Amino acid sequence: MAIPSLPRPNMRGPQPVESTKVNDATPAAKHSAYLQQGGSAEVGDRAFKFLMLVCGLAVLAILFLIVYQLVLRSALSWHSFGFKFFAGHDWDPVNERFGAMPFIYGTLVSSFLALLIAVPLAIGVAVFTTEMCPVKLRGPLSFFVELLAAIPSVVYGLWAIFVLVPLLSNYIEPFLSSTLGWTGFFTGAPYGISMLAAGIILAIMIIPIISSIAREVLMVVPQHQREGVLALGATRWEMIRVGVLRNARAGIMGGIILGLGRALGETMAVTMVIGNRPEIAKSLFAPGYTMASVLANEFSEATGDVYLSALIEIGLALFLVTIVVNALARLLVWTVTRGQSAGAHA
Amino acid sequence: MPETRTMAAGQSVRPIALGRRITDHVMTGVAILTVVLVLVPLFAIFAYLVYRGVGSINWAFLTQTPKPVGEAGGGMANAIVGSAFILALASILGVPLGVGAGIYLAEFGRNRFGDVIRFTADVLNGVPSIVIGIVAYSIVVLSQKHFSALAGGVALAIMMIPTITRTTEEMLLLVPQALREAAYGLGIPRWRTTISITLRTATSGVITGIMLAFARVAGETAPLLFTAFGNQFWNLRANQPTAALPLQIFNYAISPYDEWHRQAWAGALVLIILIVTAVAAVRFAVRRGTFGAA
Repeated sequence: MAIPSLPRPNMRGPQPVESTKVNDATPAAKHSAYLQQGGSAEVGDRAFKFLMLVCGLAVLAILFLIVYQLVLRSALSWHSFGFKFFAGHDWDPVNERFGAMPFIYGTLVSSFLALLIAVPLAIGVAVFTTEMCPVKLRGPLSFFVELLAAIPSVVYGLWAIFVLVPLLSNYIEPFLSSTLGWTGFFTGAPYGISMLAAGIILAIMIIPIISSIAREVLMVVPQHQREGVLALGATRWEMIRVGVLRNARAGIMGGIILGLGRALGETMAVTMVIGNRPEIAKSLFAPGYTMASVLANEFSEATGDVYLSALIEIGLALFLVTIVVNALARLLVWTVTRGQSAGAHA
Repeated sequence: MPETRTMAAGQSVRPIALGRRITDHVMTGVAILTVVLVLVPLFAIFAYLVYRGVGSINWAFLTQTPKPVGEAGGGMANAIVGSAFILALASILGVPLGVGAGIYLAEFGRNRFGDVIRFTADVLNGVPSIVIGIVAYSIVVLSQKHFSALAGGVALAIMMIPTITRTTEEMLLLVPQALREAAYGLGIPRWRTTISITLRTATSGVITGIMLAFARVAGETAPLLFTAFGNQFWNLRANQPTAALPLQIFNYAISPYDEWHRQAWAGALVLIILIVTAVAAVRFAVRRGTFGAA
């Protein structure tokens, strides 16, 4: 060994006898000896890659397991009721007659109500933070909005029961029924506990999701796009409308759909204020029931295999809907933030 | 075109029409209004939480188990400890798997198969928590024949994994390629490079991702309803039903008793304080740790 400090290129080769001799001599020689420990790198690398692959596969396995368990355990209900399960209006555990329509209706109505309220607010916040507000305010503002996302669902529910519901029943619902009662959506006794309460609390919960994605998408819009529109003599709002929002459509849509996915599956806060009655009513003041909240309320008390199986089938339906909604949203957001120019040229 | 030229020279820039200016100002006002409307509930929730919670937290609340209905006093000590226990189980199961999957994606997953796992993780992130509760019930509770802390831990671990996977991947990708190449150049095997160089450099980011996932599941109630189930007494055995803070808050909030409502508010305040301090403490420790080592 003429130059002991240089590692030999062949690390897999058998360990030469000389290197153990010089082992105590210099630190450099020590290094060289360490590096020449035969074969360890190859085996170690393979083992490591395999171990990490197992972890990666676990992610796939979890999704597979979710699908497998839901399908397996809902099979009984599927065989007993078939497609009628989703069209049926009766939910009668005592006589084992199960129809999921009221829950599907409640989930859809509460989620769309939430979108109706949340979308304009979230986009407004995103536009304000990216286009209008002083740079200094940007950080704190988005921090505050994202803080909304950190509040646990059960705390939202608690607040809704003791603050939002009394507010609705004392002030907002009487006002709505006197002004908009003729539409039929705002009639009946203003108890507060209602589809409307569920929609409002859901809206508050999904605003941070929609607005943070909208903000991300707006920031991707190239600066020269804004400058170009302004140079044509546009006011700031015209610049935002023509130069920014129009280019960010696809991404904002993705954010909205992601918010919808969250609203569809949200459980606790809704369960606490929606009233939990499996009925379909036109009025938003009436109580309702959602797919997630029937699971929360009845799953651990379900007696009988058919009852449990019917509940799991509701879970399966909820799972499938949210999967489709989320996949759609991800694809939309990906196309915008990955191929950044795609949005600008559209 | 002599005409246009004289116009351009003679006239100054034509002022923007009044209507358009008004629209501009109105829309600015509307945007500000939306911000106010969004921030009002945030501050209302925190203010009310502190207002109702602070008065209700006392020593008994933090050290005693729940009293039967009608008796004053009692607390949520068993639920606080139970929550910590379930979260510890979830972290033991979920953190290694999530970080491992993140390493796979960053170091070996720059291909089609990696994209499949990435997409799966994103989709998994959107699965409703109550559905994950059903799955944990089917796997753990049905095989054990009773509700257990372990089932709760499994449910929360499943919820943690996708978040940890994606943030770990992102953080590892931020580590410059040159650092890896330098390590390879020294003859360090790839696995050793990944653990001692790449992962180590990205430690604080990876931990932040873990804490993000932790904070998200710490307040989860739905997946615990029929897994951990809740318990009025102390329990620290993984195969027994266990109380959890969010569950206790839920049960007390929908009860008709004022005393329990009071305790629900106290519980909510404690829950938020615990989440914030846990996140802050770990981030502080990590920051100190990495600077100390470097």
